[in-house]
Amino acid sequence: MGIFKLGTMTLSSMFKKPETLLYPLETKEPPKGLKGSIAVDPSTCILCGMCMRNCPCSAIKVDKAARTWSINHFMCIQCQYCARTCPKGSLTMLPHYTAPATKIEEEVVPIPEQEKIAPPSE
Amino acid sequence: MGKSTIIPFGPQHPVLPEPLHLDLVVEDERVIQAIPQIGFVHRGLEKLVETRDYNQFVYVAERICGICALGHSLGYAETVEGLMGVEIPERAEYLRVIWHELSRVHSHILWLGLAADAFGFESLFMHCWRLRERVLDVFEQTTGGRVIFSVIKVGGVERDITQFQAHVILDTLVGIKDEYKQLCKAFLNDTSVQTRLVDVGYLSYEDAINYSVVGPFARASNVNYDVRMLGKGGYKYLDTFDPILDGQGDCYARAKVRALEVIQSIEIIEELLSKLPEGDISVPVKGSPADGAEYSNILEQPRGECYYYARGNGTKYLERMRMRTPTSQNLAGMTSALAGCDLADVNMIVLTIDPCISCTER
Repeated sequence: MGIFKLGTMTLSSMFKKPETLLYPLETKEPPKGLKGSIAVDPSTCILCGMCMRNCPCSAIKVDKAARTWSINHFMCIQCQYCARTCPKGSLTMLPHYTAPATKIEEEVVPIPEQEKIAPPSE
Repeated sequence: MGKSTIIPFGPQHPVLPEPLHLDLVVEDERVIQAIPQIGFVHRGLEKLVETRDYNQFVYVAERICGICALGHSLGYAETVEGLMGVEIPERAEYLRVIWHELSRVHSHILWLGLAADAFGFESLFMHCWRLRERVLDVFEQTTGGRVIFSVIKVGGVERDITQFQAHVILDTLVGIKDEYKQLCKAFLNDTSVQTRLVDVGYLSYEDAINYSVVGPFARASNVNYDVRMLGKGGYKYLDTFDPILDGQGDCYARAKVRALEVIQSIEIIEELLSKLPEGDISVPVKGSPADGAEYSNILEQPRGECYYYARGNGTKYLERMRMRTPTSQNLAGMTSALAGCDLADVNMIVLTIDPCISCTER
């Protein structure tokens, strides 16, 4: 008779550690290259707008006049295409599991004026 | 002989997460005809190719389907590379196939769990999904994502696999293989499973050819066709590849083909990881597809052959991107397999086709 074929596996699993975690009491350590959320480094961003033009879902907005860089994390699909095309390498993907949010709002990052490097004197 | 009645099946049905609607023409308890209807999850993704450039569309393509996400981005990237005459590095081809086969493993194990759940084998369902979780953990460690990976790009791949990650993949697969063999034994030899699946939803070899069914559905009817045996992309580095066939043509044969393909995929990954060459993982792709250039490509997705067609117009936006997914091929064969079955077997027959309606409607 072909019955109770899973018996060994099911019985042995009673003596093993559970496969699941007791979230939120236990949390999992995020792996190193996890695609969490995009963050900008304001000290290197030049507001060129490449990320805004390349974002497949138009989640990023760059306002040169107001000197702000903003992202709607609810629209972001974590493809990392913006980070790949940033000429200054200002965008990085933070490896963390994002916390639940209670309202949809954009994250606005002010970009300070960068000190202009004086041309070398002759 | 009773009077004919039409019973609607789906689009919301407890056994089937996919929004497939069937009008079942029944006489007493016997299905005379099944008329499929789709169109509940159309998202217009092919049209998006006009407003997203060929690099951005990779991320749209992989959102066609949640289960074969990597397959769609891979098929699309290969098509654009063919359109632009790009040769990708050998290591990138290896990595693409390794991830693609891993996604086949997770897709088939997921299906096995769903099938077990459909006929009330809850413990088998839990064990299958427990194993699948390990594959998803491997994906998370190597690509950064669990279901949507965004790791394929036109010209190669985004990420490399380190020596340590290769060992993690191999160790995980060894663990999965042992436990999976026990699951297979339970699934394929269990009396209750056989009672539900054997001699149910028969599709003959001739009908499989006539209806052009693809994937495990066709291979269960002894159709010797698998795109992987053509040796495209990274599959040309395999020593041998023989499709898994079964001549019974019933639901049990389809389950068996899928179950054995998991072991085959694991062996492919082990072989490719042992031969993984050193080198670059991508090449820079510049320019745009030429005006009027056309290219078509096929790829073996977990559910069967998927066809891709692209046409350029001289700009970075493609003129046309067309995909023909395996389920759209298999729906006709499914109606043939449903004709004459018992009403109680309809859910098992539909499930053994492994329909993906989101893929089909895009």
